[in-house]
Amino acid sequence: MAAQEPIVALRGIRFGYPGAEPILAGLDFALGPAERVGILAPNGSGKTTLFLLIMGLLRPQGGEILVFGKPRRVEADFLEVRRRIGLVFQDPEDQLFCPTVIEDVAFGPLNLGRSRKEAVAAARRALAALGLEAFEDRIGFQLSGGEKRLVSLAAVLAMEPEALLLDEPENGLDSRTRLRLVEVLEGLAIPQAIISHDIDLLTALCDRLLTLEAGRIREVDGEALHRHVHAHRLGDRPHRHSPTG
Amino acid sequence: MLPEPAVAAGKATRGWIDPRVRLAAALVYSGATAVWQKPESIAAALGFALGLAVFFRLAPGPVLRRLFAVNGLLALLWLILPFSLPGETLLQLGPLAASREGLLLALRITLKSNALLLALLALVAPLPFPSAGHALHRLGVPGKFVQLLLLTWRYLALLEQEFGRLRRAAALRGFRPRTDLHTYRTFAWLLGMLLVRAVDRAERVRRAMLCRGFQGVFFSLQEFRLNGRSLGFAAAVAAAVAACAVLEFGG
Ligand SMILES: Nc1ncnc2c1ncn2[C@@H]1O[C@H](COP(=O)(O)OP(=O)(O)OP(=O)(O)O)[C@@H](O)[C@H]1O
Ligand SMILES: [Mg+2]
Repeated sequence: MAAQEPIVALRGIRFGYPGAEPILAGLDFALGPAERVGILAPNGSGKTTLFLLIMGLLRPQGGEILVFGKPRRVEADFLEVRRRIGLVFQDPEDQLFCPTVIEDVAFGPLNLGRSRKEAVAAARRALAALGLEAFEDRIGFQLSGGEKRLVSLAAVLAMEPEALLLDEPENGLDSRTRLRLVEVLEGLAIPQAIISHDIDLLTALCDRLLTLEAGRIREVDGEALHRHVHAHRLGDRPHRHSPTG
Repeated sequence: MLPEPAVAAGKATRGWIDPRVRLAAALVYSGATAVWQKPESIAAALGFALGLAVFFRLAPGPVLRRLFAVNGLLALLWLILPFSLPGETLLQLGPLAASREGLLLALRITLKSNALLLALLALVAPLPFPSAGHALHRLGVPGKFVQLLLLTWRYLALLEQEFGRLRRAAALRGFRPRTDLHTYRTFAWLLGMLLVRAVDRAERVRRAMLCRGFQGVFFSLQEFRLNGRSLGFAAAVAAAVAACAVLEFGG
């Protein structure tokens, strides 16, 4: 993996919201071209902020952001990033703004310059992949929380991104829908970074698990993860896990 | 609040009619009806509106409720107009004289209002708001304005939800509106919070739009078809308006 150039590389990123303590203090992060990385860290540790920085929606106060091998500094650099990397927001409500589901999902492809026909076809494919065929003409804000989440994922997938950043994608999904989500993400042959508070989901999906500590990324022990997966798969009764496995 | 049409009997409107035709028909019909002065033509227009309501199978309950509300207001006109317009006296109530002109005017306004309300409930109300927006665009309303309309509609419901949530949160902690300083302060906080959340939400929606490649131009998916039924419907509306015009200006 070291030989291949990472899709996303952050070096020494420093960031704090105006008038607040710094949140990221010299953070290094890399997403390789063929890996699924999980990020599991406490509330308010800066996970969402990290994704917003990668997409150029926030600017770091220090450090370097490389995406697809190129340094990204100004707004113009990030236009390409946003076209090629998909971000699924933590709150799907923010992501759905069109009147109907199909329009929402086709919004991205249309912006990429696809024709109306191509955009609708891409939107239908993405909806079908998530089992949402029947939702096409539904009104966006009348969907349930879980449905909104799936539609917001479809909206990103319809753009056929080359990498995915997912901010708590499983949040609010029932166990069946969650399985579907895992299947879909597993079936996507693109690098993914997944923020989640659900260690089961992350261990099922990810090659590596990271956490955020004191504004930096720390790798979580792979051995511990391995044991955890087995312990979980054996028991199908209600049970609890502590985050350290 | 607004979201979906309350009047339409679901999607079971009789057949599909191009939203542009519906809007254009509503425009022509209401413009014409405003012009009619003779009782015959107004009555014919009302009859046609009733026909529309039946044709589109409007649910009687909600329609009656709306008609009731409007006619409640109109009742006031009946109390005032006959006694304030000068003319041939029909009825003397002490010092007050009800004039024939006043009564006729009140009657005309009542018939016209009911006709317009019925026609709009049949033609425009059942349109999903998005379709209405896109249809307006196709009829020549500027794109920016239509997008503003659509986004406003989309987020009004959200703001309403948000306000409901805030109010519930306050109510759950024992807040009851009264006429005291505490109430005013609480409402000020609620409204302030609503504004802050709206701004915050707007920023996050902007980010989401940027992430999906938005660069200032909206594209629309809506396709409209002038199918046979729509053309037929347009012809029927035109014929009805023409018939009213004959009654008005003819004999
Ligand atoms: N717009 C903002 N202005 C000021 N501070 C903010 C803003 N957004 C986030 N913060 C603060 O920055 C910190 C990190 O926020 P962030 O959303 O990145 O956390 P997170 O790791 O995603 O948390 P969660 O697990 O709850 O989603 C938090 O302490 C938060 O209060
Ligand atoms: Mg977050």
